[in-house]
Amino acid sequence: MSFSKSMKKLAAGVVASSAIVYSGAVMAADTIKVGVLHSLSGTMAISESTLKDTVLMMIEEQNKKGGVMGKKLEPVVVDPASNWPLFAEKTRELITKEGVDVIFGCWTSVSRKSVLPVVEELNGLLFYPVQYEGEESSKNVFYTGAAPNQQAIPAVDYLLNDLGVKRFVLAGTDYVYPRTTNKILEAYLKAKGIPEKDIMINYTPFGHSDWQSIVSDVKSFGSQGKKTAVVSTINGDANVPFYKELGNQGISAEDIPVVAFSVGEEELSGIDTAPLVGHLAAWNYFQSVYNDANEAFIDQWHGFTGDKKRVTNDPMEATYIGFNMWVKAVEKAKSTDTDKVADAMIGIQTPNLTGGMAVMNENHHLSKPVLIGEIQDDGQFAVVWETDGLVKGDAWSDFLPGSKDLISDWTAPIKCGNYNTKTKSCGGAAAE
Amino acid sequence: MGDTFSRILAACLLIMLTSLSWAEELLPEETAPPQTTEETPAEEIAAPLSIQDILNQLTERSFDMKEAAIRQLAEQDSPRVIPLLNALMERELVHNRENDTISLGHKADGEWQLLDPVSEQPIGTVNSRAARPVVINNRLRTVINNQLALFALNSDNSDARAEAAEQLIGNDDPDMLSALRLRRESEDNARVIEQIDTALNIAALSSDDLTTRLNAIDTLSRNLHPEVKNSLNDRLRNTEVDAEKVALEKALARIDARIENFQTADTIFFGLSLGSVLLLAAIGLAITFGVMGVINMAHGELIMLGAYTTYVVQQLLPNSNEWSLLIALPAAFLVSAVVGIFIERFVIRFLYGRPLETLLATFGVSLILQQAVRVIFSPLNRTVITPDWMSGALQINPVFSLTYNRLYIIFFALAVFLGLLTLLKKTRLGLQVRAVSQNRTTARALGIRSERVNALTFGLGSGIAGIAGVALAQLTNVGPNLGQSYIIDSFMVVVFGGVGNLWGTLTAAFGLGIANKLLEPMAGAVLAKILVLIFIILFIQRKPRGLFPQRGRAAEE
Repeated sequence: MSFSKSMKKLAAGVVASSAIVYSGAVMAADTIKVGVLHSLSGTMAISESTLKDTVLMMIEEQNKKGGVMGKKLEPVVVDPASNWPLFAEKTRELITKEGVDVIFGCWTSVSRKSVLPVVEELNGLLFYPVQYEGEESSKNVFYTGAAPNQQAIPAVDYLLNDLGVKRFVLAGTDYVYPRTTNKILEAYLKAKGIPEKDIMINYTPFGHSDWQSIVSDVKSFGSQGKKTAVVSTINGDANVPFYKELGNQGISAEDIPVVAFSVGEEELSGIDTAPLVGHLAAWNYFQSVYNDANEAFIDQWHGFTGDKKRVTNDPMEATYIGFNMWVKAVEKAKSTDTDKVADAMIGIQTPNLTGGMAVMNENHHLSKPVLIGEIQDDGQFAVVWETDGLVKGDAWSDFLPGSKDLISDWTAPIKCGNYNTKTKSCGGAAAE
Repeated sequence: MGDTFSRILAACLLIMLTSLSWAEELLPEETAPPQTTEETPAEEIAAPLSIQDILNQLTERSFDMKEAAIRQLAEQDSPRVIPLLNALMERELVHNRENDTISLGHKADGEWQLLDPVSEQPIGTVNSRAARPVVINNRLRTVINNQLALFALNSDNSDARAEAAEQLIGNDDPDMLSALRLRRESEDNARVIEQIDTALNIAALSSDDLTTRLNAIDTLSRNLHPEVKNSLNDRLRNTEVDAEKVALEKALARIDARIENFQTADTIFFGLSLGSVLLLAAIGLAITFGVMGVINMAHGELIMLGAYTTYVVQQLLPNSNEWSLLIALPAAFLVSAVVGIFIERFVIRFLYGRPLETLLATFGVSLILQQAVRVIFSPLNRTVITPDWMSGALQINPVFSLTYNRLYIIFFALAVFLGLLTLLKKTRLGLQVRAVSQNRTTARALGIRSERVNALTFGLGSGIAGIAGVALAQLTNVGPNLGQSYIIDSFMVVVFGGVGNLWGTLTAAFGLGIANKLLEPMAGAVLAKILVLIFIILFIQRKPRGLFPQRGRAAEE
């Protein structure tokens, strides 16, 4: 809140924007340009600006180590302003005008879908660090966040097996990620023998803030004599009033636990979490995980932001993994050429922050552990369950009729993002 | 008398056990029974462990082991049991990784101050990362709460006893039930008796005797506690006796009918609450847009500034969360009013009579304000603390409760509305505002300084938006986007109610709020919003001046 800090941020902003202006062809020869495509203004700035800082921090760190292949990394930061078509324009600008070799960016699926045709057309390289609904695999994109089988499915398994939940409320914001995820979950739950009448699906608009009726519906849905849980794909800051209303209407985690896929440390830093203790979240990383790599990362982040209270979260870890993998792949390929780097990426291993190794698979998705955490009164999560080993990201869900037979494999001889194992041909129909 | 005797007996047994344990300790280690790592029920371990030993089992990762340790701890006859269970709930029991033991810990200056769990004597400090609070999950939290409730059941405070009895409702542990029965005999507080009876009746549902079950069903059919409905439904699924099935169905139907009545009351309360939020958001706009005719797209951002002022006031007065809102109200009014006057003097003044330009210019102002907030406060949401008197709910019965924050906001919105009405009708400024808005030239001819009145009116409308921000900060996120989510709703309310009519704004706000909440359960939140919007569009087509159109010369302009 202090004035000098905000001035510093202002100054940083000016420096960043002047970097865009002056990073012409002059320096291109001896640096590698890294594009950063995260919204710094508009609705998504709340989540995405943190990732911009993460990439800048990683670049600073890498440059301290001497850069990549002897060349310094040079960040090119642009602001797509939470405006989906602008994401595509800015991508084009980054690749053609700025000549960046790699882009770290996007948060929402709709922004990724808007960028996708541009990176494919211009043969760029995009690292996407957020958990998403799957049903996609592009030659030019590496997905370092969780696919549904690395977050949603294990979380539901935990509810079914460990908590004995028999009734499910699938609550989400009304857009593509919750709709697809809920479709997968519904199919999965039915396959597990949960009848249709025990599944309640509810969608709300973006930024919904009046949760009274919905919470009251959930309450009465939960009074049918079977253990009930809410699986929440409610996006971003709409969660805060939702949780507040749960607390106010006296629903505790012991009665009806809520497991969320979009609530992390960052979202919780905006609320008093005392009434939320015990509600759950499923991620591949929590700040509270105890190991040296994570402690070092947190210290580095606090040093970089100059704020000891800043939290770390799962998309930051995904950015960390993605960045380190790209560095390794460039060094392995001895080139920043998109095709060579993309080939080198497959099979690359780098340490993740939960004490294991992240592996990039042939389908451009990672293998990662899945953790379930309970919210604590200090806004952190305590891990209460985790998968035994790594879970391999599945680009095409096994639980949707349209994508059951599809696989993605970018290695020879298949080299296809949507290969149909039944018809043995590339270009199988995607799920609706 | 029998009670005292059994206690003496228990004490004797305890002494014997303790002496046995001393004997046990004297034996060489090899002869101690081999400890299998599999889930050995705690009771089977022959030697009673010291409290520290029991606590040290909490260093295990497995929640089953932790649960066994907690149950073991609760069985100890020591005054330390309750404080230690509470400490576990409060995450003040920490696992010291340096020597793998459990102790009490308080975090201070990035270090853990460790205390001995039994004597509470300080035993030194360790680095903040060398110790971690013991992780418990929901199941363990329930176990601990039940154990604590069992102790509280014999407390001297009747509220504590009632709370404890309620915690134990739905529990089928025989020890707990016998404790409840024992308490029931000596209990004289009606509320506690009611809770205990509910718990015992629910337990009686799984009795082997049909008559007991039928009696329990009959008694429970008058009870609205959510656990009752749960257990009855559960029983209905498992019973094979026809008479019982009929009784259960009847009881459930009776409960459902009562719940339904309360749900209607609930919906109306939700509607009133949404209405009061709409009223608060729109009432400032009713002045600037309704009375002055200025389309101010930055209205939402003035609300946002009020919310941020609340945050800043709370940061400046960290120890007075209970009444910081009372300071935030005038502060937010001033901040938003000053910004409003600033906007009026430097932007809107030049654009009177050119609505399209005003719209675009104020939209620009709104983006500037949003980004300014992002630069100063970061794009992340800020935490506004809810004072204790505003959290929780007024529990009328187990299915019907009114949340305090919403209740206060309804009254607050009405108070602001009445205040504003008085101001416009009874004061000199109000008279001048109405005069200028009805006919600027004549007002000027009569000696009213219309420029000054314009600035003040705009300041008033903006200041009220700021006050609304203080209230909304209690309901929603305080972030740069707060304003955007209310601007459309605000215009909707003002236009629907009739531009320039405060009573129209009131009616429209509550009408739309209730309509929205009635539609929501049937159509879903997304469709309900769309339906309301379509309705307003159609309505404006037929009655362009809204519900309560202004009449007379002013309206003809």
